[in-house]
Amino acid sequence: MAAEENKSTLEVIPRNEEKIKKIWKTAGILLVLTSIEFVFAFTLPRGLLLYAIFIGLTIWKAKYIMMEFMHLGEEAKPLFYSIIVPLIFLVWLVIALMREGSDIFMIRW
Amino acid sequence: MSTTATAVGVSSKRGIWGGGNEPLKASYGKLMMWFFLLSDIFTFAAFLTAYAAIRVSYPGYAGPEDVFVGSNEYWPVPEMVFDAIPFFHGAHIPLAFVGLMTFILIMSSVTMVLAVEAGHRNDRPDVVKWLLWTLLGGITFLSCQAWEWSHFIHGTDGGSMITYVNKLGQVVSETVYGANLAVNEYGPAAFAQLFFFITGFHGFHVTIGVFLLFLAFYQAAVGVYERRGHYEMVEKIGLYWHFVDLVWVFVFTFFYLI
Repeated sequence: MAAEENKSTLEVIPRNEEKIKKIWKTAGILLVLTSIEFVFAFTLPRGLLLYAIFIGLTIWKAKYIMMEFMHLGEEAKPLFYSIIVPLIFLVWLVIALMREGSDIFMIRW
Repeated sequence: MSTTATAVGVSSKRGIWGGGNEPLKASYGKLMMWFFLLSDIFTFAAFLTAYAAIRVSYPGYAGPEDVFVGSNEYWPVPEMVFDAIPFFHGAHIPLAFVGLMTFILIMSSVTMVLAVEAGHRNDRPDVVKWLLWTLLGGITFLSCQAWEWSHFIHGTDGGSMITYVNKLGQVVSETVYGANLAVNEYGPAAFAQLFFFITGFHGFHVTIGVFLLFLAFYQAAVGVYERRGHYEMVEKIGLYWHFVDLVWVFVFTFFYLI
């Protein structure tokens, strides 16, 4: 009886090796980008340039995760933009709070 | 895959203003998950930006890295704080353990996307297999984080000489070991506070993710999704799990690299 219940009723589509290969390729890219960050953390001198490289690589990785893993790129355009466009507000947040932080620094030290 | 339900009884002749349109071409559940994740992006972005603001309000450690000592006068160098790994007591192996944690979380994200892909194909054995791997990755990550926290709280053998204002309002100079919310041996009090706050909030998300993954794993294994006719739940939980990975990518950069 149990076996009857568990029998597949949905049609199973065979694996699309190309799609699976693309997933592993994205994984490889993410790991390579992380390794690059690691190498830079120990070889380049600390400073604005290094921080800019780190943030750039991080956003690059974020793009891969959102587009390839979360399939945001395959969603309808209105959905895509309703997720991406509000993130513009973060630019303001970062600029405002960094100014605030450096002003506190000037007063304190 | 994106459209699972269409409005019943809507004629295609009604046109764009007739109602029953699906401009976003996504199911209710997926849409709500996306908008929840958008709000969560703002929450984490606020935390990380607050970290950056507090970070720049302190001077950074300027001396050579090999003679680094913890002090609440300047912000510590991450390589000198996060340099421990299990079973190698006292060894200085910078960032190796957190690198391993990043690797585990990225790999669990990969197995999750493979589970989602298998769900699109209605391939139950594959979904169950990949969800189990993802679940294992999530639990391993949480265990690593528990060790990391434990080490951070208990501190190093030597500790650091810190001058601070104690609970009674007195200025004291003493050797501090490890970290709590009031004082820590690594840097300013805000350093440990932000560490606990942000990695803790992320760990809380991972914990919820592990519960959801277990739910999906169990339901897929007993055939709930098969009877339902689709594996959309795996897809929605997948979105959440990738988001947790996405946040960790940023936490990793801001806490451990910069």
